[in-house]
Amino acid sequence: MTTYGRRGPRGDLQRRKRLGNIGLNTAAVLVFLFAVFPVYWMVSTAFKSSEQIFTTDFIPFPTDPTLEHVRRVFTEGVAGHSIWRYLLNSSIVALGTVLIGAVFSLLAATAVARFRFRGRTSFLILLLIVQMVPGEALLIPLFMMVRRAGLYDQLLGLIVVNVAMTLPFAIWMLRTFVAAVPKELEEAAWIDGASRFATFWRVLFPLVAPGLVATSIFSFITAWNEFVFALTLIGDQGSYTMPVALRYFVSQRSVDWGGIMAASTLMTIPVIVFFLLVQRRMVSGLVAGAVKG
Amino acid sequence: MANTSTIARDGGSPSVPARGHRGATPPRRSSGLPVRVVPYALLVPGLIVIAGLLLYPLFQMVVMSFQNVGLRQIRGVPAESVGLENYQKLVESELFWTSLRNTVVFAVVTVALTLLLGTLVGLLLHKLGKKMSTFLIVGIMAAWATPQIATAIIWRWLFDAESGVINWALNALPDWFSSLLFGRSDWTGEPWLNDAFTIYIVLIIAVVWASFPFIAVSVLAGLKSISKELYEAARVDGASAWRIFWKITFPLLKPVFAVLTVLSVIWDFKVFTQLFVLAGGTSNREAFNLSLFAFTQAFSAPPKMGMGAAIAVVLTLILLFITFFYVRQIVKTEDVR
Repeated sequence: MTTYGRRGPRGDLQRRKRLGNIGLNTAAVLVFLFAVFPVYWMVSTAFKSSEQIFTTDFIPFPTDPTLEHVRRVFTEGVAGHSIWRYLLNSSIVALGTVLIGAVFSLLAATAVARFRFRGRTSFLILLLIVQMVPGEALLIPLFMMVRRAGLYDQLLGLIVVNVAMTLPFAIWMLRTFVAAVPKELEEAAWIDGASRFATFWRVLFPLVAPGLVATSIFSFITAWNEFVFALTLIGDQGSYTMPVALRYFVSQRSVDWGGIMAASTLMTIPVIVFFLLVQRRMVSGLVAGAVKG
Repeated sequence: MANTSTIARDGGSPSVPARGHRGATPPRRSSGLPVRVVPYALLVPGLIVIAGLLLYPLFQMVVMSFQNVGLRQIRGVPAESVGLENYQKLVESELFWTSLRNTVVFAVVTVALTLLLGTLVGLLLHKLGKKMSTFLIVGIMAAWATPQIATAIIWRWLFDAESGVINWALNALPDWFSSLLFGRSDWTGEPWLNDAFTIYIVLIIAVVWASFPFIAVSVLAGLKSISKELYEAARVDGASAWRIFWKITFPLLKPVFAVLTVLSVIWDFKVFTQLFVLAGGTSNREAFNLSLFAFTQAFSAPPKMGMGAAIAVVLTLILLFITFFYVRQIVKTEDVR
């Protein structure tokens, strides 16, 4: 490699390399600022006093931070109720989606990853296709179905729809986790006389659990963030989820930026934390093998 | 090794040891179901959900697009068929064509910008040192993780006419520079969210901001899979960075780019939440895209669900056409057999 024995070119190369590094790091900092600034601005606005919010000047951070806005969204509330109500509704919907989705997707993923059967390929292709059908397009028929089932205005209706929206991707993602567990372990348990259920529950399940957690977090985030269905399937303000309550807040009190940003922050921070936990798995799930090169 | 005992058990079907013990006599203590049925039993709950809540509504959407579904039908009166009337009205309405134009132009511009920025950041992440790269990944995660509704609200606030930071920044530019670039230097009170054109500018920025991190991280994952020796060989041969990208990186990552492009197109074609918030609901008809148009037809008084369904059919057909390429790509690269 180091055939350049003389000082000249090598020094040149090093200088160029150092300059290049400075350029790269500057670019990295710029991209970082572009990505983070809007989120930072949301959080900092939530803690600024009203005088510092409504100004044409640039105030980089809250110089006398206040909890006034946060307190207000908890006491006075957002869309007629305290923000607790909406956080609770959103949690019910997201957790319900995760619980049902986890059971259904684990069963289906086991079938696809552990068995060869007629129709398996068709099922996998079906999964890919339905993943791509826009939920927005199904909104109208689903609205009619939910109304007919008497689930309009009920969180259960929203849970059912969210399960449907997250299930195809959850199965798709989970099957790689199931496939990664060596079959020999189950075979050994089977030979030792464990029943089929015991083999599944005592051997496969603990090993797939981390994958199930990752998949569940993904479903949680999707259900937590879901807006269009919550907007159309819920009419009663008391049953609003966070996103719909937020949007209502924006349309009703469009000038209360302190309150809006405080509420947005409360909704966003849990998602960002969850997200950092599962991001790597999400990428591999979404790009699905194409990366293998 | 573990197979030997399986073979013994199965009585001579070594080629399919654990695949449900097919062809073997069912084990003595099987829990009731014959092995052959087990995978289907496991699939039942999932299939019911997919069939009942995705495929059936899809079918219903098509049916409704040929019907007149108004308030009375929502309350339970059976809907009557109107043939192609909904589609005919659609083609004749000017709003449909502006919505279609908005949808397509927005998707093309946004996909191009997202892919460009995402790829550049992916390459950057690959070149950076470990610490710097982790730092940047955590940063772009923040943008990626922000819920769509919050993304829209944040950008609405950034572009606020009175106290928005963007108008402040544009005012802070040197006057000569600002005039040169935009032909004006005073941005005080500039209302970005009244006019369809500027709404879409804000929307494009907001959506690119939220979606480039996914592209960047995916491209990075792809880059990491390319062997280093290829690059070293090219560098020894004196190839420029530009040449290396087009001759090595791009061809090898082609499948990745194909999938990313299709996914981006699909996501950007049906964007709803961000537009709904930025355009301030359904009042600004100039700013409609197909999703928002369908929503407005179906859910504002008087509800025209049939019309809405017809618009949704058009949107879905466009997306399924694009999806076809995605599925083909996945089937080619991934083992679905």
